[in-house]
Amino acid sequence: MSRLHFAIALGALVGGMLPQEALAVAAPGMPVAGAMSWWVWPVALFVVCFALGIVAVPAGVGGGVLFVPIVSGFFPFHLDFVRGAGLLVALASALAAGPPLLRGGLASLRLALPLALLASASSIVGALAGLALPASTVQVALGLAILGIVAIMAAAKRSEYPEVKAADRLSIALRMHGVFEDRGGRQVTWQAHRSPAGLAIFLGIGVLAGMFGLGAGWANLPALNLVMGVPLKVSAGSSSFILSLVDSSAAWVYINQGAVLPMVAVPSVIGMMLGARIGARLLGVLSATVVRRLVLALLVLAGLRALLKGLGAWN
Amino acid sequence: MSRTGAVDPVQARYASWLEWGTRAGFLLLVAGFAAYTTGFVPAHVPVDRLPSLWGLPATEFLAQTGIGIGWGWLGLVRGGDMMNLVGIALLASCSLPCLAAVAPLFHARGDRIHAWICALEIAVILLAASGLLAIGH
Repeated sequence: MSRLHFAIALGALVGGMLPQEALAVAAPGMPVAGAMSWWVWPVALFVVCFALGIVAVPAGVGGGVLFVPIVSGFFPFHLDFVRGAGLLVALASALAAGPPLLRGGLASLRLALPLALLASASSIVGALAGLALPASTVQVALGLAILGIVAIMAAAKRSEYPEVKAADRLSIALRMHGVFEDRGGRQVTWQAHRSPAGLAIFLGIGVLAGMFGLGAGWANLPALNLVMGVPLKVSAGSSSFILSLVDSSAAWVYINQGAVLPMVAVPSVIGMMLGARIGARLLGVLSATVVRRLVLALLVLAGLRALLKGLGAWN
Repeated sequence: MSRTGAVDPVQARYASWLEWGTRAGFLLLVAGFAAYTTGFVPAHVPVDRLPSLWGLPATEFLAQTGIGIGWGWLGLVRGGDMMNLVGIALLASCSLPCLAAVAPLFHARGDRIHAWICALEIAVILLAASGLLAIGH
């Protein structure tokens, strides 16, 4: 996102969401809100998303996985709208990251397209199921999913250059191999293995992404890196690219079901993208370990909140 | 930042198209939201009514606001709130031209599998976008 985009986005937010009485020129016919003005929650949402965007980058997680449990737990919006906005947050981030990753060879189209195809088809199923189920059921499942994600994130190890002794037949047929230039100009060749298992995992990832609107970088990365043996940098880049296709399909289901409310989605997207810019600049300043622990603690709290809210124990 | 020396032309084409689509979608989204929240374009659902509606399930929200399921919002696009959905729809669709642009390149280099995968991915997104799958609670 350019400086121009940054300025425009900030201006739209500041100018747009402030109360009408605070603006020099109030539009005719525009209602002025009462005691609890309508703009309080969208402004709070923008601020929270801005903060989440800042911590998401150093913590190495996508914004969507933080957004849905936290906003559904502590804001008054229905879970349908939160999931719709969560998908758009993840989609916008993935779309913005896509071009440089593709040009740099850190996202591989040949690797990502087959996986994205399966995951985007299954994300439609997940989205339809999630919107058809009662909100309390989805809330309980979301809480369990978030606590499971915390366990995966805390336990999963990463391998910068996994050893792949031999590519399997399917990955050879799908040409899941490539070269990227690493630090110091070193050319690193890579290939994938266990592609049938990887494809099956991405089917499941798509369902989860569509059902909970979480984005799925938390699952894509270990599936590519640890299961399929793709180098860490190519896994991270391709994971982001896969999200751009998976979330497109799921987002359309949410749009068509009326589960995308601009007053919830747009401040979230803009806040998260602006926060991520700050987060990227703070990468060298903040301790990644400390931020990661903070994010995991936040996720545990949000997961428990979702679980207890779904069970009717904490409303 | 690691990067390859020579950019794969297929990846380069996808990246260019994606960059323009994302830029257009994002600008439209921000401009639409500014027009909506400042009241420059009157909303279909007045903003001060939203706090009583955003806690409802999506299907109930649609019923109470008279917005049709599927592409029903397009008929109300003159409203500032519905106008925002154009930017959102553009972001959710901007992978389609990218896929359509690289499929012939894959085909030309003899990679028919990936050309077909591009075509199938387009079909999946179009199916999701069609509204044919819209269901209620």
